[in-house]
Amino acid sequence: MHRTKVKVVEEALDANNTIAQANRADFDRAGVKVVNFMSAPGAGKTTLLERAVVDLPGVRVGVLEGDVQGSMDADRLASLHIPVTQLNTDPSFGGECHLDANMVRSAIPALPLDDIDLLIIENVGNLVCPAEFKVGEDTRIMVTSVTEGEEKPLKYPLMFRACELVLINKIDLLPHIDFDVERLLYNIDQVHPDVETILVSARTGEGIESWREWLLRLAAREGAVAAG
Amino acid sequence: MHELSLSSAVVNTVVKHAKGRRVEVVNLRIGRLRQVVPETLDFYFNFVARDTVCDGAELKYEIIDARLRCKPCDEEWSIEIPAFRCPTCGGSDVEVASGNEFEVDSLEIGEDRPEGDLPLRDRPEGDLAGPQDSEQEEAECIAPR
Repeated sequence: MHRTKVKVVEEALDANNTIAQANRADFDRAGVKVVNFMSAPGAGKTTLLERAVVDLPGVRVGVLEGDVQGSMDADRLASLHIPVTQLNTDPSFGGECHLDANMVRSAIPALPLDDIDLLIIENVGNLVCPAEFKVGEDTRIMVTSVTEGEEKPLKYPLMFRACELVLINKIDLLPHIDFDVERLLYNIDQVHPDVETILVSARTGEGIESWREWLLRLAAREGAVAAG
Repeated sequence: MHELSLSSAVVNTVVKHAKGRRVEVVNLRIGRLRQVVPETLDFYFNFVARDTVCDGAELKYEIIDARLRCKPCDEEWSIEIPAFRCPTCGGSDVEVASGNEFEVDSLEIGEDRPEGDLPLRDRPEGDLAGPQDSEQEEAECIAPR
């Protein structure tokens, strides 16, 4: 029996990237900047959003909340009177551990794109898979927390390299734990030299103002096209 | 753990290009920076490929070394650990020369007919939309089984 070789040479994630580009085009047309917001489970993404995205001067924020199951996080954010859209990966997407471009595409009709300037897509908590899948974002922000260990950047370089800003959360716990912030910052710099970092505490509010200013600068960036 | 997601991406890409023909071998090019564990990808692929044209297919790997290049000083080097600063000038303006690949390079398709008489069937349903122009077919015969 013969075998025929078929040359392909295609990035295996091309299908995802193509849909991500379509999402991005839709967001650009609506003049909405998009953040893909990622971390391990329990790093504090939702609490940070509760702290940071309410009453950003001149910038209307919406959240697309990705979870495997449930709407607890979305309910918390909706109580702050910001538009929140829930996207569960469990019922229709096989309980995926990350959001991909197709899932976000399916949620676009439900997003109030005309009424917001900045969309934060809170990804499923996971330090690995979300880094592989673009969803149509302008930028990526990740959260690491001081309870996760200083060596995480070396263990999960894909995630630390995929983002433009690293928030280091739960710094209010530093007096109580053996955690070397300088070592974490050194490791982050090894993996992603010169990436921006902000030390924050969602609990006390420390550093939150710096992050809000970062988000305002993002919202003010020149977009690709903002037709209409 | 990302191998489950990645195996789905491989199956989707293969199904798109196989056009209904039975695939026996999938040749992959994977850069070291992708942190793919071949044994784990094999494991998930066996499940995800069920009831597709690549059910039972073998994955073959070409692993690509991670090489970085410093733009200002034009230094190029290989890395074994995730350290991305230039060892010569200490700078951060470093690009990845290789090591980020995650490509389906080629498929080997089983044929019991002479070459040039390929039974092209319709593409299966559930095919993902995407670019379909990069494919070139070679009527190249690999060693018979």
